Amino acid sequence: MNQNYSTVMRSASSAVLTNKVLRNTYLLLSLTLLFSGLTAALSMFLNMPPMTYLISVIGGMVIAMFVLPRFANSTAGIGIVFLITGLLGFGLGPILTMYASLPNGNNIITISLAGTGVIFMGLSVYALVTRKDFSFLGGFLMIGFLLILLAALANIFLQIPAMSLMISAAVILTMSGFILYDTSRIIHGGETNYVLATIGLYMTIFNIFISLLQILGIMSNDD
Amino acid sequence: MDWMQIFSALALVIFIVVLFPRTREMLNHSPKATIVDWLSFAIPIVVVFLFIVLLIKLV
Repeated sequence: MNQNYSTVMRSASSAVLTNKVLRNTYLLLSLTLLFSGLTAALSMFLNMPPMTYLISVIGGMVIAMFVLPRFANSTAGIGIVFLITGLLGFGLGPILTMYASLPNGNNIITISLAGTGVIFMGLSVYALVTRKDFSFLGGFLMIGFLLILLAALANIFLQIPAMSLMISAAVILTMSGFILYDTSRIIHGGETNYVLATIGLYMTIFNIFISLLQILGIMSNDD
Repeated sequence: MDWMQIFSALALVIFIVVLFPRTREMLNHSPKATIVDWLSFAIPIVVVFLFIVLLIKLV
């Protein structure tokens, strides 16, 4: 009886912790996306040069990989998440300015934004409702991501538009897998730090948005 | 080839080198999956792919 009671209490407290991590993650994610939107608007207003994107992405990735893990358990971690997402948003400015100058540019940006939202929410709801454990995807997704980086590296020298299109499509599908993997990790207690969970999900959203922009930009030019 | 391409290539090489050990570790520690598990992953991914095709038709 006592053993049953303690098991029930343990699973109840685990569920409470999971719900807290999920709630905090989605709250911080919403705030960082809003902040990114603001910094992107600022970057567009300042008419930043194209190299801003490259510098911001490299800076953001370096901070996310080497600085954030050291501060993830302190309140400074939240500030660092805003720094990374603000930087990535700022880097988006020149890209958005470039797309906005295309004949169908505003339409491409709007559809990419809406498409990213639909993909993220759809996959999150799928993972939350089915409560399926996607932890088996970890290695598979990382291999896929490494192959994409290798293909992107090769395409810097080859400059093949069709390959660029395929890389963007592969990024969206891989990031979709990461949304399932990351959400499932939060649900099943594999990720209890909402700062790290937020940055993981933010990166997937950022990559899906950039890749959708690229695909829709290339395909609309084909007409 | 301009300096931005060289800088991008260097950054990608560094990311690949940094991510490689983590990838190997994740691959070794990933639990085995059944066909049902893979199907539950493949179905939403196919839906995402079809959704992208729909978005392309829209622009």
